[in-house]
Amino acid sequence: MEQINQSCFYLMSFLAIIAIRALYVLYLTGKPRRNKSQQPLSTLIVLGSGGHTAEMMNLLSVLQTDSFTPRFYIAAATDNMSLQKARVFEDSLVDKKGVKGVSAQFTQIYRSREVGQSYVTSVWTTLLATAHALWLMIRIRPQVVICNGPGTCIPLCMIAFLLKIMGIRWSSIFYVESIARVRRLSLSGLLLYKLHMADQFFVQWPQLQRKYTRAHYVGCLM
Amino acid sequence: MGDTLDGLSSKRTVFVTVGTTCFDALVKAVDTLEVKRELSRRGYTHLLIQMGRGTYVPTTSPGEDGSVAVEYFHFSSSIADHLRAASLVISHAGSGSIFETLRLAKPLIVVVNEDLMDNHQSELAEELAERKHLYCARPQTLPQIIAGLDVESLLPYHPGDATPVAKLINHFLGFPDA
Repeated sequence: MEQINQSCFYLMSFLAIIAIRALYVLYLTGKPRRNKSQQPLSTLIVLGSGGHTAEMMNLLSVLQTDSFTPRFYIAAATDNMSLQKARVFEDSLVDKKGVKGVSAQFTQIYRSREVGQSYVTSVWTTLLATAHALWLMIRIRPQVVICNGPGTCIPLCMIAFLLKIMGIRWSSIFYVESIARVRRLSLSGLLLYKLHMADQFFVQWPQLQRKYTRAHYVGCLM
Repeated sequence: MGDTLDGLSSKRTVFVTVGTTCFDALVKAVDTLEVKRELSRRGYTHLLIQMGRGTYVPTTSPGEDGSVAVEYFHFSSSIADHLRAASLVISHAGSGSIFETLRLAKPLIVVVNEDLMDNHQSELAEELAERKHLYCARPQTLPQIIAGLDVESLLPYHPGDATPVAKLINHFLGFPDA
């Protein structure tokens, strides 16, 4: 009996520590970082598809890429175009600055569910996708995560948050809601907003900012 | 806005694009006699339809009898060239097509696909229509929209940029602004 009580106590203490740590991480989320060293930060860029990728490329083109180095691009395995566009962008940097060496990596990630896939098989594909995301995130351990939906970014942001709680890697998460969202957030956006996971959350229309007051209104990216 | 003067001829093309989607309702809507007559009345001579993954095949016409010449294709790697050559663009509501067309300063009618499950796409088209950058239609209202088209009343769209986002990110991370 005593033994059970004891292990129960340990378990409760363990859970309490995790809960306190999670609250502490949530408290720090959204607080600016004091990066006095000005060291470049490893950056994960999660690409959507089509319009999402175009918006992300517009953002990357005005970001000082030297500060966000090395860069890891992730796109859905079914999306052949987005990584191609990222490669063209990275090549243009090399041409412009004559930078040598590999400062960018491109990876495809399994999606948990394809359009039209049955829910039964989704269970397995979701597990597979989560394991893949976990493996990628542990390998990359980015200091900065930039994403603009759609769904691909959710497991990656969740894992980034988990790595923060476990003290493995502190990352700053930035989310830009798509220009297509004028009145309502996307599901990915809503999740990240409600769960307070993004350090900064950007919207492109003033109507949305009025509804989600923690968001920053930044005007149109396109 | 207005039509670009392509110099050589009086060829005025209406380019219809559904992107990579399947949007038969739009292709059907432009393939009606009503729409083709109205386009012809307004001085458009050619109708070029990019039908994507759709299965509805429009009726082609050489347009010799004074009616609109109709051609179609499924996909093309040079959508930009077709947009550039067009005098009027009728597009699905994807943000990629919308902004590519607006950047080229082409008159644009966006047709919202009501069959899509998560129909958030109408938000963008309606907002930009309210700001007079384009016309927003549904497949069934396309004929009326074309009939009431006033290309001159559209306002040019000034492309936005991402510097405010970059500034906020830099500030947050303690990087100096560029």
